[in-house]
Formats: sequence, C-alpha cells, structure tokens
Amino acid sequence: MKPIKNALLKSPACYVAACLCAISANVAAQTEPKTSTPAPAAADAEKSGPTFSSKLLLTGGVTNIEGSAGGGLTPWAIIGGNGTKEQIGGSVFYTQARANDYTLNVAGAMVGLFDRVELSYAEQKFDTREVGGALGLGNGYKFTQKIYGAKVRVAGDAVLEQDSWLPQIAVGLQHKENDRGDLLRALGIKSDRGTDYYVSATKLFLNSSILVNGTVRLTKANQTGILGFGTNTKDKYKAYAEGSVAYLLRKDLAIGAEFRQKPDNLGFKENNWYDVFVAYAPTKNISVTLAYVDLGNIVIKEKQKAPYLSVQIGF
Amino acid sequence: MLKKICFALLALSITASGALVATQASAQEGAQVSDAATFKDFGEKAGLVKIMDDFMAGLLKDPRTKSSFENVDQQRVKEQLVDQICAILKGPCEYKGGKMGQVHRELGINRENFNALVEQLQFAMDKNNVPFSSQNKLLAVLAPMHRVIVTQ
Repeated sequence: MKPIKNALLKSPACYVAACLCAISANVAAQTEPKTSTPAPAAADAEKSGPTFSSKLLLTGGVTNIEGSAGGGLTPWAIIGGNGTKEQIGGSVFYTQARANDYTLNVAGAMVGLFDRVELSYAEQKFDTREVGGALGLGNGYKFTQKIYGAKVRVAGDAVLEQDSWLPQIAVGLQHKENDRGDLLRALGIKSDRGTDYYVSATKLFLNSSILVNGTVRLTKANQTGILGFGTNTKDKYKAYAEGSVAYLLRKDLAIGAEFRQKPDNLGFKENNWYDVFVAYAPTKNISVTLAYVDLGNIVIKEKQKAPYLSVQIGF
Repeated sequence: MLKKICFALLALSITASGALVATQASAQEGAQVSDAATFKDFGEKAGLVKIMDDFMAGLLKDPRTKSSFENVDQQRVKEQLVDQICAILKGPCEYKGGKMGQVHRELGINRENFNALVEQLQFAMDKNNVPFSSQNKLLAVLAPMHRVIVTQ
C-alpha cells in the first residue's frame, strides 16, 4: 500500500477524492435528515441483525475491467454492491478476456457505502503471449496494472425515479499504476502512472426495460494504461465518450452493447472498443457476464476480438 | 459488423429513451400505465386477486416486510391493492383507499423494506405468469411512490 499512498499524496487525485467525499457527506446530511424515533419496521430490521442484499436484481450492474461498478467496458453511476442507503455492500470479481493474440485477466474487489460512495481495487494482468517473444520481450511477457477507484453518487436514482428525466449521476476516478515503467519510457511513453476522471449518467427506463449509461472520461491512458500514460509529445488530458445500453429480458437476465472511445497517441494504432454482452444473475449474489469484445489493433496485432467472461459475487 | 450493431443499438435506445421521457406520465396519485393492454397481461381483475393473495403471503413470510403487514386487516389491504393496481392498469376499478403518503407516514419504512416489497411483488407476478415487460410497466408507475412511502 505504501507506493499508492505516496502516489496519491503527490497526485491531485487525493484532493479530488477528499473533496468529493466532503461534498457527498454534505449532500447526504442535507437531503437525508435522520428521524430520532425508531419506527416499527426499522426496529424490526435491527433485531434481525445487519442486513445486506437489498438492491433489486441486476440493478447494481456488473464490474468493469477497471474494477468499478458498471458494464464491462465502462463505469456506471451505480454504486456497487447490494447495499441501500442505510447499508454497506460490496463485491469481488474475476474477468478474463482472451483475444486472438493477448489475454487480459482482472481480479478485484469493491465496497459500496450507503449507496453513496464506492471504493474499488483491481489488478489487471495483460499477457502478451507469443507477441512478447516476437517483440524480443519473451513469450508470456506480462504487464500488471493496479487500479484504485473511487466514485461518488452526486444526484438521482437510476431505478426508482421513474417519473423523472433525471438520471443517476456519479463522478469518479481510477488511479492506475503500471509495473513496466522502464519499458514504457523506452517506447517514448511519458509515465507508468495516471489517473482517469469520469462523470457517468445512468438511467433505467423501466417502462421499456431498457437501461442506458453515458460516461465522459478524462484520460491520457494508452490502451487503458496497459501501455502507460501520455507520450513524450502528447501528454494532455482529453475527454472521451463511453456508452452502454442494456435490455432486461427477465429480472435475472440482460443483454446489451457498449462502446468506449479511446485515445490514439501511440505510434501503434489504438482503436475504440465495442462489445455485446449477456449478463445473468442466477442468485441475488452472483452474476455472470459473457461478452464478445472488438479491441481493434493492439501494438503489432490488428483485429483483436475477445470472448469475455466475468463472474461477480456481491453482498 | 460488431461496431454497426453497437451503433444501431445505441442510436435506437437513445431515440427510444428520448421518446419515453416525452411520454412518461408523472407518477403522482392517479398515474397510470400508458398501455391499456397491460391489464390483460395481469389476467384482469381476477388475475390481480390471485397475484395479491400470493403477494400478501410473500410479504408475511419475508422478515423485511412481515412487521408492516402481520397486524393489519390483510383482506382489506389486498382488496385495496387490487383496486389500486387495477386502476393503474386502466382497468374498470376505482381506488377508494387513502393517499399513499398519508397511509405510510407513521410506518417508518426504509429503502430495504421498500425494495423487499418490490421483490415480493415480482415473485407474485412471476408466479402468475405476468410477462416481465408488463411487470416493469406497473413497477415504473409504482417506483416513484418511494418518495412518500419511504420515510426512514
């Protein structure tokens, strides 16, 4: 934890996170005044011990490849875990996307606090398989990236406010640390660390069983940070659009599609990402997502397409 | 190919959601589903009676909702729910019960209790073979009631 602590202290990320928490605490205090007398139903809930798993099925989303609650490619404004505003929830996940020439494995965990704040950690392992050998790095050369995420819901309720146009809105950040700094710098990449900032808006249109999410991300990341951040000639934050749409077929089954616009600052062509997915929740605590992702060109291999499997266990 | 599908779906959903925002009735007292055919998917009034029987049985079993219903006149609550939902679904019924806010003001219901109730309603609708999309049309009208029902 020490390196991240130092990195966070040096970066503007911690100030932003601290501000966000302070703002959200204020919002919470203003909009959700506590009543002093415990009423019958609440008292009963207390008697039966701490309670979890109170969100409606599949409305908590799945986990994105960077560890935030959302779709597979993009974070949503939803706070992860099954907790409601009086509860703490959380989840763990494992994801594998196996493209033609590369494999990405991700594992992580998140905690959702009072349906307001989400804190997450994810570790990505990007295996170059035989491409590593072809590049003189050795077969199975891996990049490991650690991602620390924070998200705060600032307005709205994606699920219940069905008579309002206002989506649920959240702001968040993903601080990323890549372990291959020396190689990245040799390639003319500016840094092995970076922080993405994003705003997400998510709305469930229950009347038509459709969920829509739009996200704008400020980033310098090359291939989401697997290839570092910025280059020696281009090192400015720019905004990129991401989107998801899901159709709920049953309360435990959804299908959908996503896209994620990406920077293209490297000498190696980088493309936008697209996917189609099926998400299934056999029980309230488990969801399984199957997807097919079009990753485009990655370094020296073009037309990368990947079956994607993700399993999430929540509470 | 995948790109085209993704773009088509996104464009479709954005158009659809825009249209929905424009047509969605505000869910105050007296709000109804937009589509009169939904009432048939619930098996009309006779279907609603069965659904409410199953719903009440579920509410009484669920520790998160039990205390709100075990000491009330359950038959009367079921009848009122049938009338209320029948009216929301544009059926030939009139809800004569109290306003949602007044009825729930003193009950101390929290978000967990509310979500548990929605879950039990989903179970009851599933059991009675109400199509999922029709279930959601009803839930879309009921969901905003959390503002007056959830007081904790």
